[in-house]
Amino acid sequence: MSTPLTIADVERIAALAHLELTEEEKHVFTKQLADILSYAEQLQAIDTTGVAATAHVNAHEAERDDEMRPCLPMEEALRNAPDGAPEVGLFRVPRVIG
Amino acid sequence: MSALVAGARAIAADIAAGRVSAVDVCREALDRIALVNPSLNAFNLVTDERALDRAAQVDRLRASGGTLGPLAGVPIAVKDNMCVRGMRTTASSRILDSFVPPYDATIIAKLEQAGAVIVGKTNCDEFAMGSSNENSAYGPVRNPWAADRTPGGSSGGSAAAVAASCVPLALGSDTGGSIRQPAAFCGVTGLKPTYGRVSRYGLLAFASSLDQIGPITRDVGDAALALQMLSGPDPMDSTAAREAVPDFMAALNGDARGVRIGVPRAFVSEGVDASVLAAFDAALDTLRATGATLVDIDLPHAKYAIPVYYLVCTAEASSNLARYDGVKYGYRSPESNQGLKTMYSKSRDEGFGPEVKRRIMLGTYVLSAGYYDAFYLKAQQVRTLLKQDYDRAFESVDVVVMPTSPTPPFRLGEKTDDPLQMYLEDIFTVSVNLIGLPGISIPCGFVEAPNTHGTDRLPIGLQCVGKMFDEATILRVADAFERTTEWSQQRPPL
Repeated sequence: MSTPLTIADVERIAALAHLELTEEEKHVFTKQLADILSYAEQLQAIDTTGVAATAHVNAHEAERDDEMRPCLPMEEALRNAPDGAPEVGLFRVPRVIG
Repeated sequence: MSALVAGARAIAADIAAGRVSAVDVCREALDRIALVNPSLNAFNLVTDERALDRAAQVDRLRASGGTLGPLAGVPIAVKDNMCVRGMRTTASSRILDSFVPPYDATIIAKLEQAGAVIVGKTNCDEFAMGSSNENSAYGPVRNPWAADRTPGGSSGGSAAAVAASCVPLALGSDTGGSIRQPAAFCGVTGLKPTYGRVSRYGLLAFASSLDQIGPITRDVGDAALALQMLSGPDPMDSTAAREAVPDFMAALNGDARGVRIGVPRAFVSEGVDASVLAAFDAALDTLRATGATLVDIDLPHAKYAIPVYYLVCTAEASSNLARYDGVKYGYRSPESNQGLKTMYSKSRDEGFGPEVKRRIMLGTYVLSAGYYDAFYLKAQQVRTLLKQDYDRAFESVDVVVMPTSPTPPFRLGEKTDDPLQMYLEDIFTVSVNLIGLPGISIPCGFVEAPNTHGTDRLPIGLQCVGKMFDEATILRVADAFERTTEWSQQRPPL
């Protein structure tokens, strides 16, 4: 069994992942992702009826009390922004609404 | 480079006793880096001034009679996916080319508190995604033992820096083998602690249920000391375990008497290079001679670890890397004037390299509607079966051993066109991350390979895997093995 994957599939996934791929990337990924998914299909042969899913292996309770703690000053948090506006405490992005 | 060859414990002892100054050791490390790094490309950044300044602080503290930490004056290198306040941290990605963290990772604070002196940030695969260090935006690292071969990945720069005697201790991160495999390929020691043993606050996340930070060193004793410094709970990381931290150095008693070691024979026999199998078999004899008992075990689902791993890690990566969007930090495409969505997608396409994009795509696919059950859920179920295999094995053994990698270090460019072939390199390392177990790789032999002008000696690694939070036993076994052999004392011809 192999996983058929089309350019349209790759374009759909790229849109979900916010990646604007070049035409060449689309072609390369279509083949490579199909190869990897076909390889992964060997898992289908394993009977997992009634087997619980393991999402993580945390050995303990991860919750703690929700308390106020010191955090980064706004100016420092904005320092790495490509277009930060520390004077108003904002990250600037291109216009969203016309 | 006399001091640097001695290892972290010896350097700290010499500085504490006044036999050498921290500044002299630091200069030696910086000189060594300046000499070998142009050919190795192991460092993304060398922080001369800051390092000499910190070393001088250690010397002043000693002169004034202050208490020195266990790593006082020891030069260390940090993989470039861990945040150091004020020190450029790129994850070897174009998308973080100019990122300067506003805070320290917890492990950085701990090591600096112990007196360690950071001399630089090491090259790695982009966002720690890779098994050869060829996925770096700053070019591949070269193997100190053979310049046309990979040092392994993703912590290739850290392993190469230790092997080349630039530093006695470097930090790596291990999501599917990224500490152990480069340690094996460079002939040094690499420890991946139990999931939760070491805080990950300040580590740039790749796959959160798998990532773990650990040391790369010359010998097992230094790995034990480093783990002691790194371990413990952290209010900034909810996955950092509150488990008691034992005295790891005390566990190194020189032998492995009474330790039951499991050998998954069927799993190890398939698709493994003959040179690796020969070194592994010889290592088993050595382990027997250290007093351990060898027991055959079966891990029936281990052969499925690669597909499980690459479905789980890519799913988590696709989610973790959503944060790189050209808004809060990192690269923003100059062609970002066509609206917000175009800004996101162009910045990400131009900022990420091919392997990172491939994994984001794969992860997005397996999490998407219609494919979640068939791929992601299925992988998580087989992850459970894999865990049950190890649980059963650990009923009758204390440690499991296998090769670290199925091949010796391969040539640069050999596997870059076929991602699946590259993924298969990880067959012996990924299970440990999926289950959360601790694992250590130590040198266990060499194989000779011809190059254009003679012969290279390529290192081979032995991996010991322990029960959850039982690093002490794998350190003990690895130390006993190391004392019986001379593999860890070999140096590359640099």
